[in-house]
Amino acid sequence: MLLVLIALFAVAGIAPLIFRLMGRSAFYVLSAVPAAGFIWLLMTFGAYTGTGQGLGSGQPNAPPSVVVPWIPQLQLELAFRMDALSAVLSILVLGVGSLVLFYCARYFKQDDADIGPFGAHLLAFAGAMFGLVIADDLILLFIFWELTTVLSYLLIGYSRHRLSARRAALQALIVTTLGGLAMLVGLILLGQSAGTYRMSDILARAEALTGPMVETAFVLILVGALSKSALVPFHFWLPSAMAAPTPVSAYLHAAAMVKAGIYLVARFAPGFSEHAVWAPIVLAFGLVTMIFGGWQALRQHDLKLLLAYGTVSQLGFLTMVVGLGGQEAALAGLGLLLAHGFFKATLFLVVGIIDHQAGTRDIRKLCGIGRSAPLLASVAVLAAASMAGLPPLLGFVAKESVLEAFVHQAEDGPSGAVVLAGMVLGSMLTFAYSARFIWGGFARKSAMPTPFKRVEPSFLFAPALLAAASVVFGLLPVPLDAAVQPYVSLFPPVEETPHLLLWHGVTPALFLSLATIGGGLVLFLLRERFERLQTRMATNIDAEQNYKFVIGVLDDVAVWLTGRTQRGSLAFYLFVILTMAILTPLSALILFNAPVPQEWYLADSPAQLIAGVVVILGALAALRANKRFMAVIMVGLTGYGIALIFALQGAPDLALTQLLVETIVLVAFVLALRSLPARLWQRETGRKYRVLRAVLGISFGLVMAAIAMSAMASRVAEPISRSFPSLAYDDGGGANIVNVTLVDIRAWDTFGEISVLAIAATGVASLIFIRGRGDGRLRADGVKSGTVGRNREPIDAYGREAAALELAKKFASSANDAWLVAGRTLAPERRSIIFEVVTRLLFHSIIVFSIYLLIAGHNLPGGGFAGGLMAGLALTIRYLAGGRFELAEATPVSAGLLLGGGLATAALTAIVPVFLGGQVFQSAILEFTWPVFGDIKFVTSTIFDIGVYLVVVGLVLDVLRSLGSEIDERSEGQTATIDAGTPEPAAEQEESRGPKEEVVP
Amino acid sequence: MSVNITLLVIMAALFAAGIYLLLERSLTRVLLGLILVANGANMLLLAGGGPAGKAPLYSAGIPAEDYSDPLPQALILTSIVISFAVTAFMLGIIYRSWVLGRQDEVQDDIEDRRVASQSSFDAEDDAEIPVETTEFTPVEEAEEAPGAQRGPSTRTTTRREKR
Repeated sequence: MLLVLIALFAVAGIAPLIFRLMGRSAFYVLSAVPAAGFIWLLMTFGAYTGTGQGLGSGQPNAPPSVVVPWIPQLQLELAFRMDALSAVLSILVLGVGSLVLFYCARYFKQDDADIGPFGAHLLAFAGAMFGLVIADDLILLFIFWELTTVLSYLLIGYSRHRLSARRAALQALIVTTLGGLAMLVGLILLGQSAGTYRMSDILARAEALTGPMVETAFVLILVGALSKSALVPFHFWLPSAMAAPTPVSAYLHAAAMVKAGIYLVARFAPGFSEHAVWAPIVLAFGLVTMIFGGWQALRQHDLKLLLAYGTVSQLGFLTMVVGLGGQEAALAGLGLLLAHGFFKATLFLVVGIIDHQAGTRDIRKLCGIGRSAPLLASVAVLAAASMAGLPPLLGFVAKESVLEAFVHQAEDGPSGAVVLAGMVLGSMLTFAYSARFIWGGFARKSAMPTPFKRVEPSFLFAPALLAAASVVFGLLPVPLDAAVQPYVSLFPPVEETPHLLLWHGVTPALFLSLATIGGGLVLFLLRERFERLQTRMATNIDAEQNYKFVIGVLDDVAVWLTGRTQRGSLAFYLFVILTMAILTPLSALILFNAPVPQEWYLADSPAQLIAGVVVILGALAALRANKRFMAVIMVGLTGYGIALIFALQGAPDLALTQLLVETIVLVAFVLALRSLPARLWQRETGRKYRVLRAVLGISFGLVMAAIAMSAMASRVAEPISRSFPSLAYDDGGGANIVNVTLVDIRAWDTFGEISVLAIAATGVASLIFIRGRGDGRLRADGVKSGTVGRNREPIDAYGREAAALELAKKFASSANDAWLVAGRTLAPERRSIIFEVVTRLLFHSIIVFSIYLLIAGHNLPGGGFAGGLMAGLALTIRYLAGGRFELAEATPVSAGLLLGGGLATAALTAIVPVFLGGQVFQSAILEFTWPVFGDIKFVTSTIFDIGVYLVVVGLVLDVLRSLGSEIDERSEGQTATIDAGTPEPAAEQEESRGPKEEVVP
Repeated sequence: MSVNITLLVIMAALFAAGIYLLLERSLTRVLLGLILVANGANMLLLAGGGPAGKAPLYSAGIPAEDYSDPLPQALILTSIVISFAVTAFMLGIIYRSWVLGRQDEVQDDIEDRRVASQSSFDAEDDAEIPVETTEFTPVEEAEEAPGAQRGPSTRTTTRREKR
């Protein structure tokens, strides 16, 4: 059983390949898969119809089942079970599926677009349907259920160039998913109250399952079934789904999709049809649907729509019969299910042939096809007669049993009589539209017969075989009866076991059948008068309009809500976020009586007070500054003030790091913003906006202060960091507690941080270089002296030219300038000999110092961060003094390598200890003696710190390369083309390097 | 735990100034605001660590509570370096936005405005569907561009033009 399921999906997976090889003939290959499954099913049929249908899993006589554990923790399992009901449904799913695929091979053209995916979807649809009927787990059932929904969406929307197809597909998806979601809730309620999700077990203990929870569950499950089976008020998606290719419609209506709802009702009827909520829903909605569908079918001019409404009607009928409960109804229900499957598939396939050969399905245009295609017509007549319930066809056999069951039901009370009367009325309508179908499709209505191409036998094969089934099983219902009986036995036994028979004898049901035929005949003969009556009563409920209205309201609400919330203004979003960030903690502070601190003091030291004043003044000045760099410097001032506060607080590491960062940030700011205008415009947004911002800012500051106060006042426990000193010294082997915290105690944290640094560095490089990281190395070798940074400054201003010339002369007379490697590349007016000399003297000292900071950081202030920043500062000086080629010459390895190497080093210190039998990031202390150096105590976490050092150097280098070198180069290219008009090498280089940036003047 | 008023005031002032700048339209100011907010957060961490103490450099004999709390310091150190990285990234964005659009300002998203002002009519959902009674119309005839409302009459004209 699993093999069939897997084969269906597997072949569906490779179907597009088969189509590429074989064209439309691939449909034959595809159809062989369900056909093989069908044969297997028939050969093993006896195994599923044995006794013990109702037994739970694991019992000796129970039908065969397969259980594959899936997620045991969630009680999810892939449980399958093939009992009589599943087997009967599988006959339809596999048999009709195979024939429909066979039929497709002639229906589609050789060069139709997308038939590969289409075939795959159709076969997968059969697979999903097969899975649905053999699933024995509620959740698994739901998965297959939704799988059929998704696949039906794809199938209905096959002609995606048609608006009608797209919309119908979406409509079917929305409606059935809506029901499916309701059903999911119902299934979970049922599963939870039963304590198991295994369907066979739930049915085995159905009697114990009562109460409001189970009732609610079944209301929801029935909503799912009703929506899937297109019952009023969900019926409208099914006629719209006519936009699908006709073979899809045939399968959808006869064997799949809509039959899923019927299957669900049939599955739960044996245990739960006695529930109070069950019968009213099933009977009322079924009856309304049956009559409404029949009424609508009689109005249609499109043969396919006629059949579609006919299906709606039949589905109402089936729901009533299958859902009624009791042996007679169960027998009749399954009989009707099979009969409907056979005749409806036949009729749809016939319509497909008519449309294919005549080019229309409109009964006002079709004429005389009965004469030009007599074989087709006889197939259609047989199927339609079965639909109408004429003897000796299967439709008659099934309908007789149904009437039998409902006659007995009607004896019990007036409601039963109403149902029976409605059913007879519905059957008359069915007869009438069956007749209308034959008349409309085949009769000679005018003098001009419709041109009709000859129908090939292979095209007609599938519908003919299905029509034959309607005849054979009508004359000889015994095999079907045998297949259905095991399911019937699930219901409480009655005195006389019912059987599917052609001749029941002279019973009330026979008279009702005769009345149906008579009434239907009258309706058909008076069709013109009846049609006029229908047009006069055309103000019937238009569910499609209601659906459109609901969707329209949803759209409007969505647009309205989006318009209110997604204003497209960052300031607006920030206002909302910040307001919430103020109000939420504030209300929490007030509502939960946040503690208020008891002890206060002004400051730790007078110096702290002074530093505080500096910081606040800097912040205020930054608000007022209207020059870009003034604002930057003011913010820098607060940063230096904070460094001072760190130092006073007893945090030398922080002070050191903050100082270094502030300096480098200042340089970065200058480099990045040099091409922007100096002024910072104040937008004229009015006082109100500014006041609002001020109020928001001040409130935020105050709320943060309140949070800080109450957080500090809430402290009751000993701080965890009290144990850090001994942890750091005894276990971490370092005296600098902060550094050991970073590289050892909280190494994971730091590892995350350096990853962020590497990402940010790459981000900066990509923002400036656009294509890649630009790690390719610049060389100073081929660069002509004095070419870099030419024409950058307006040296023709008074006095500057002379000064520049003076400077150039000095450099011209100096011997092969040995101060900086690439200093010569800079334009003379941009050089400073003092700066170059100082750089020459300082660079190596700073690098050595940075390494000292790195190594000593374990015991003294410093560490990887401070050391890396220090090294970065040294590079900054090199760049400022000697330009971009100098920077390139100063860094023998690329920034990317530094970042990657740093991360790799850090990752190694994380992993290597694991291989040595330790834990991730475990450190070891190595003590050894070297000559000259003496006793050395080396802690392996220092290696991690080296990784940090490398990443930080990489980050600073990326900032310098991107915001410095690359922007230099780009702006040189621009000035060259704008001012001189002569292309310089730099400009050419830029063009060849990447897309020229669009500059909006 | 006693509360240091100076640190608290610095923190509140940094947050207030930072938020004020953050709500500006100029990207440079937004970035400066972000830096101030980060500094404010560092002050919050620092104040949370308790009063000033000895630098957390271990030497035997000093009781643990005499050190300035090392844990917030480690957190702040992380925060300082991360803010540096974020600042550099923002600078890259500012430069980019200047090069591409000569803009140093946060722009409103026009697409959002358009969505807010669009009508509820959607051709895909609401246009009339012509009645079709066959599946075998050529593709170019059945082609319906979403949004274009073509009645049967306009379609016939286009067909004629093609011929």
